[in-house]
Amino acid sequence: MHLNYSVKARDFTSAGSVSSAIKKVLKQLNIPPADIKRIIVALYEAEVNIVAHSYGGTIECELSHDRIELTISDEGPGISDLTMAMTEGYSTATEEVREMGFGAGMGLSNIKKNSDVLAIDTAADSPTIIHMTFNLKQGG
Amino acid sequence: MDSRSFFHHALTVDREKCRGCTHCMKKCPTQAIRIINGKAHVDPKRCIDCGVCMDVCPHKAIGIEQERFNQIFTYPRRVAIIPSLLIGQFEEEYSEEQIINALYDLGFTDVYYGEFGADILRVLGKSTSGYADETPVISSYCPAVIRLIQLSYPSLLPNVNLLRTPAQITALYVREKLEREGVDSEDIGIFYVSGCAAKVGQILTWKSKKNSLIQGGLNLDTLCNILLESVKKHSVNDKERRTYHPVPFITEQSFLWSLVGGESREMSHRTLAIDEIHNVTEFLELVEDDRHEEIDFLELRSCDTGCTGGILAPRNRFLATQRIRYQATKHPSSIPRELSDEILSFKDTLIREIKGERFPQHHALQLDTDPQRALVKLEKVNEIEKILPGIDCGLCGYPSCRTLSEEIAQGNASIRSCCVLKMKHPKQFSRLEKIWGDVIQKR
Ligand SMILES: Nc1ncnc2c1ncn2[C@@H]1O[C@H](COP(=O)(O)OP(=O)(O)OP(=O)(O)O)[C@@H](O)[C@H]1O
Ligand code: SF4
Ligand SMILES: [Mg+2]
Repeated sequence: MHLNYSVKARDFTSAGSVSSAIKKVLKQLNIPPADIKRIIVALYEAEVNIVAHSYGGTIECELSHDRIELTISDEGPGISDLTMAMTEGYSTATEEVREMGFGAGMGLSNIKKNSDVLAIDTAADSPTIIHMTFNLKQGG
Repeated sequence: MDSRSFFHHALTVDREKCRGCTHCMKKCPTQAIRIINGKAHVDPKRCIDCGVCMDVCPHKAIGIEQERFNQIFTYPRRVAIIPSLLIGQFEEEYSEEQIINALYDLGFTDVYYGEFGADILRVLGKSTSGYADETPVISSYCPAVIRLIQLSYPSLLPNVNLLRTPAQITALYVREKLEREGVDSEDIGIFYVSGCAAKVGQILTWKSKKNSLIQGGLNLDTLCNILLESVKKHSVNDKERRTYHPVPFITEQSFLWSLVGGESREMSHRTLAIDEIHNVTEFLELVEDDRHEEIDFLELRSCDTGCTGGILAPRNRFLATQRIRYQATKHPSSIPRELSDEILSFKDTLIREIKGERFPQHHALQLDTDPQRALVKLEKVNEIEKILPGIDCGLCGYPSCRTLSEEIAQGNASIRSCCVLKMKHPKQFSRLEKIWGDVIQKR
């Protein structure tokens, strides 16, 4: 099953709303709580990154009974040095973003830690497309 | 079967009084209410006994189960365990001593404060938040919150503190004490006074077990009425009174225990006290996603202003809180030596029993236990939701178009229940029925 959401840039008041909507869906599917937790932690970080660092984007969720795939795409500006961005503690967050309580530089590494397969397609002045896969334990 | 794997629900709907007006259905925080054939029905799988429905019902059609008062007389030794909340229900012209003595007049042989259990723990030197596997530790005191976690946040069950409640610890202590005095265990009846539907349900659930700590419950509102009558009567012919019973021991801190912040106040680490069910839900979402900052202990209460906001507490919650605060100052701040020595003499038994059982999960949200079948149903739900008007009018008897879609997808309801579709596109029904299947309502 396919779910589709859009995420606005700079809209900190609704940052996290897509994650909560998807969490509700996952609970209805009787997916093991531990899996739901790691999926939502990773998704939330990616969602906030769209709000904090990009010009806006979309979140797509493909559900099957044993696997969840998330595609988080935005319209740029892209990440010029991905290795650097993946480093824990590295952040280019603006003062405004920090004031909202984000910008510890932990988002991308948390995404890596919680997903089973992670692919990030990005470059300077380009969109960023993050693809994550979560394999589910059987029998919730 | 684990005896905790079902809930005894205390809320009841009076079919005569219920007009099916949907007020309760719309306010229920767990979407547990349906209107079937014009009457409200509470789904026992989803109800957490928070009492919100009873509070909002304009026709007073929702009530709480009540045990007979006379049940206490089946026991020669009749112990009342009261919350300090009881004193808070009375205006200051009625002294604490008068209220306590009125309880003896009603037939109790012993009276203790439930929150005295917090003093017992203090004497035992036990940590009060160390009985959970995960942090933040969540208080196990409010049964409505625990049920909410069991139903909707099962991933947080390892965070629930398994420490018994102060009233249970008081009950343990009283039973030990009386047995040591030579009273036969079978002769002891311990009764707890509840100020909310959740606690009434909890006591009835405990009661259904064999070796329950507590033999029965009394509802606070009813007891207050009986007490008030008795207090008034006795103040008239006071001189006839022969024995005066002293106010049971409790420290000032423990007297404040059930007010917001009362449980967490003495803990040394980072704590947070949250009251009111929507606030609680909002915070549980954060905890579930690991976005709760560095909090060590969470005191969560379903009612606004904590237990003074309980549905069975008749007095205005702010006035009750005020009286409890004031009355607390009349109690000592430390425990006398003889009492702590006595408590310590029961140390082994008390410590052995201090931890309660684990709470099992009771998923209410899943569409099917099998994820694959659940997925098929979820697709159906989403398709049906697109057809429905999306205005959540409630005329179908379900709290939202989404819940109706879920029930249709699960084969529990028919698309014909939607009154708006019926008016707008009456001809479409047979076509829609072919797609989604018509169900003759089972209930
Ligand atoms: N979608 C994106 N578009 C452009 N740049 C991004 C995007 N996501 C991350 N970045 C860059 O990568 C850096 C690291 O991201 P990461 O999520 O790890 O930390 P953060 O967002 O700065 O802080 P935190 O996530 O801890 O609040 C960001 O500061 C930003 O420079
Ligand atoms: S807050 Fe207190 S009165 Fe309200 S439901 Fe919880 S335990 Fe009962
Ligand atoms: Mg980030």
